[in-house]
Amino acid sequence: MISAEEFTSQLVAEFEEVEPGTVFPDTNYREIKNWSSMYALIIIAFVDANFDVQLNADDLKNTQTVRDLYNIVVEKAKA
Amino acid sequence: MSVVTIDSVSLKGIAAAVPKLTYSNLEYGHIEMPERELFIKTTGIRERRVAGRHQSTSDLCYEPALQLMNRLGWEKESIDAVIVVTQSPDYFIPGSAVILQDRLGLKKSCLAFDINLGCSGYVYGLYVLGNLLSSGQLKRGLLLVGDKSTVSTAYTDKSAYPLFGDAGSATALEYDPSAGKMYFNMGSDGSGKDAINIEHGGSRNGIDETTFKLVEIEPGIAREKRHLKLDGIAIFNFALREVAPNIRELYEAAGQAPENTDFFVFHQANRLINESVRKKLKITDTHKVLYSLEKYGNTSSASIPLTMITEAAAVLSSKELMLCLCGFGVGFSWGSALLRTKGIVCLPLIELP
Repeated sequence: MISAEEFTSQLVAEFEEVEPGTVFPDTNYREIKNWSSMYALIIIAFVDANFDVQLNADDLKNTQTVRDLYNIVVEKAKA
Repeated sequence: MSVVTIDSVSLKGIAAAVPKLTYSNLEYGHIEMPERELFIKTTGIRERRVAGRHQSTSDLCYEPALQLMNRLGWEKESIDAVIVVTQSPDYFIPGSAVILQDRLGLKKSCLAFDINLGCSGYVYGLYVLGNLLSSGQLKRGLLLVGDKSTVSTAYTDKSAYPLFGDAGSATALEYDPSAGKMYFNMGSDGSGKDAINIEHGGSRNGIDETTFKLVEIEPGIAREKRHLKLDGIAIFNFALREVAPNIRELYEAAGQAPENTDFFVFHQANRLINESVRKKLKITDTHKVLYSLEKYGNTSSASIPLTMITEAAAVLSSKELMLCLCGFGVGFSWGSALLRTKGIVCLPLIELP
């Protein structure tokens, strides 16, 4: 499994409008500039394609930071 | 369900119609410009066709049906069955198929009934009509598939309004003992009934004082209970979970490989969903996966025939092809089909004023 830092930079690369170097593992991802619900779908697609893990609505509801997401992905990937 | 087959039925022709009126999502004033641009980039949906008050779903199917019959030289008396697949029928009752039986001048002994399915409906329609014809007791059938989805979307709901376009279609099927097998694989999961839902107006909730009351669900999403509600995350997860395994199972049972397929025509949900499915199936020839959603949006049940017409008419009408079709969505309901086509009649897209 990649590190939380690597996870963050790969995820940010999916958000084409977001400047690299402005989002960190402990950033609240909903506070990313111009955040919209579309980003939630991009996160789900990214996690599914790269880790074969499905994030559901509760996973998103219960997370604040990119690291929270990362931790869920790590946990679900083990299962 | 396991994979099932239909023998002795060939697909003779397809026609499709859209309203002339075009809406651009770049001009969708309910959200700010950066969000419009992100929406277009992520969903792939730039423009949509929107039916006017004067255009019903059966209007969108009538013209393609008429033109297709004329082009095939099919006499009205020769048509034994007409099936309409829609979730936006002209009326609650009667169904739209009987209306079209009369309007098209089809004989009274013609079977006519509706199927209430959306995005998966084209595949189900092919299966049901194919089964009616495969014994040879009925010879010719019309599958009329379409939706006026925009009748139930709220302008103030950014999660639904910019996605949908209206379209109608006609597909001609005929009993043909020399036709090859068609393979089908279908599934249902009604536990997803709330993910895509129009709450009011039916026998569950009827109509009351809240039916027409605009309620804000979250910023950017306000709608009435008569409007279509979409749970984007639940829908996306459903598609990721069910679609690719369903198609893999289809290929396995048919003893075919995706590499030998000429075109994949998926329901036009949105680009993010469809590309995720493509990647899961490891389809690397991206030109084989057809898209019409940039110009027409998510056209519900009509998306598969519409995409065939707008993106592949020339090859469909000249070559022998292996096609994989797959519809998935409201219900949840999904289905895929694998079939060979040979020089089918493809009429140019009809635009209705």
